[in-house]
Amino acid sequence: MTIDPKRRFDPYALTWRMPIIVWQVLFFIGPLVFMIAMTFFLVKNYRMHEAFEMKNWIKMLGRGFFWDSYFLTLGLATLSTLCATIIAFPAAYALSFKVSANIRRWAIFFLIIPFFTSYLVRTFSWYVILAESGPINAMLAYIGLGPYTMLNTKFGTMVGYMTLTLPLVVILQTVSLASIDRSLIEAAHNLGCGRVRTVFTVIVPLAKTGLIIAAVFCFILSFGDFVAPYYLGGSKPPTLPIMIIDTTKSGQQWPRAAVVAVMMMVTLFTVAFAAIMVAYRKKT
Amino acid sequence: MMDSERAIKWFLRGYVVCLFVFVFLPIIASMVFSFNSQRFPTVPLGTFTWHWYETIWQDPDVWDAIKTSIIVSSCTSVLATFIGFCTAYTDYRYSFRFKGAFLALALLPPTIPLIIMALAMLAWFARIGASGEIWSVIIAHTVLTAPFAMAVIRLRLNQIDPNLESAAWNLGASEWTAMREIILPFAKPAIVSALCLTAAVSFDEFAVAWFVSGLNKTVPVIILEIVTGNIDPQVNAIGTFVFITSMTLVIIAQILIMTREKKDAPA
Repeated sequence: MTIDPKRRFDPYALTWRMPIIVWQVLFFIGPLVFMIAMTFFLVKNYRMHEAFEMKNWIKMLGRGFFWDSYFLTLGLATLSTLCATIIAFPAAYALSFKVSANIRRWAIFFLIIPFFTSYLVRTFSWYVILAESGPINAMLAYIGLGPYTMLNTKFGTMVGYMTLTLPLVVILQTVSLASIDRSLIEAAHNLGCGRVRTVFTVIVPLAKTGLIIAAVFCFILSFGDFVAPYYLGGSKPPTLPIMIIDTTKSGQQWPRAAVVAVMMMVTLFTVAFAAIMVAYRKKT
Repeated sequence: MMDSERAIKWFLRGYVVCLFVFVFLPIIASMVFSFNSQRFPTVPLGTFTWHWYETIWQDPDVWDAIKTSIIVSSCTSVLATFIGFCTAYTDYRYSFRFKGAFLALALLPPTIPLIIMALAMLAWFARIGASGEIWSVIIAHTVLTAPFAMAVIRLRLNQIDPNLESAAWNLGASEWTAMREIILPFAKPAIVSALCLTAAVSFDEFAVAWFVSGLNKTVPVIILEIVTGNIDPQVNAIGTFVFITSMTLVIIAQILIMTREKKDAPA
């Protein structure tokens, strides 16, 4: 390129570089830093006062119900990640190896659509479908089963999480499986490696990075979602995102909600960092 | 041996179909319920009705929300696509110190849970005296959607022949002229695609909009409020409208990228 790297002030380059920096510092980093600062503020007579006190932290972390919610949310998100990874894998496997490239492209095309399509309405739709008197129980009644209570259970929550995460997990898994070198799989078959064994000793290790990244996205989405546990899971006890909403919307306790949010971010960063370390670890 | 091979193949195909049914069932069910006379839908379905559409048609709150949503998502898409284009071009053309940090800053927002962004934005806008305005939602949505625009446009710039731009410079074009004559026309389908995609994301987003919109409720916020109250089939009618809008936008966005890819493939 003909650009002199030592040129100090390059208005052309800065025109393209600055918008995102200015915007993100003002409206992305700014809010997040302010939220962390806010955890030390005090609320008196429904008004927030800037201060530097540990009260909110002591109040929130010192209570059993916070930790109940914390471990519930952690457990649900982990379960969701496991379910999504396991449910998605056969589909991703089929889309990568058992169909033509054209079908694969269309499958991904159709999976991208729901990912960007109102999750809220889709969850409400499940609420109706899974209801005690809803279509599923009505159909089960024809064959003499049920009615089963599916709403306000962990099962309901999981259905919601899967609605949110499955399309993305299948897409990411398919992309990483499809990029595996086919000759390695053929070599395994030629050497007499059985089908199942090939999957677990050849394909999964080769696609490890992509599979873990898919799982991390699933964990982040489930951990931060309030719609599934609230509308399908009954929110008793509340998960952390529901706790943020309750604390913010009723009682103006923004600083305490911020404590919950910061705890969530710390957890997510820890999980994501650990997972990425595993994903990119060199084989010894 | 061959038989088991085929059996597995068909089993896996059936599995994929089941998965697609799970993914699309709630969308289709919502559309069906929106024309169904029952308040609590079940099988067998009730009779066909336009009733739920009529009630939302007559609801001024819904019209206000639609207006707000259209303003928010169109302003957001223009802003986010502009910022996304600038960032994608910077990443395509330049390497500089702290570029890793630059890209992290650009791409990080979608990895932060929306509920956390919602709280942070709510508090920040209250602090700088910008809460409850329609443009506070626009600003917040631009942060959330710019990374999508950046990704779409960056993929397109990958396909450009890097010599084209420098050839233009050598022929005496200024950097600005080369941008206008070469980069922008080449990136145009991706730019339109990014406009559609960011508009769709903004049109659907409910958590941040709910926290920062104040009285300027968008359509998903209205839905959230109705849903919190009770089972109300009106949601299906509004939802069908939302589904069709965002699906159309996402399909246009995808087709724009796909068709150009094919055309540009070497013959």
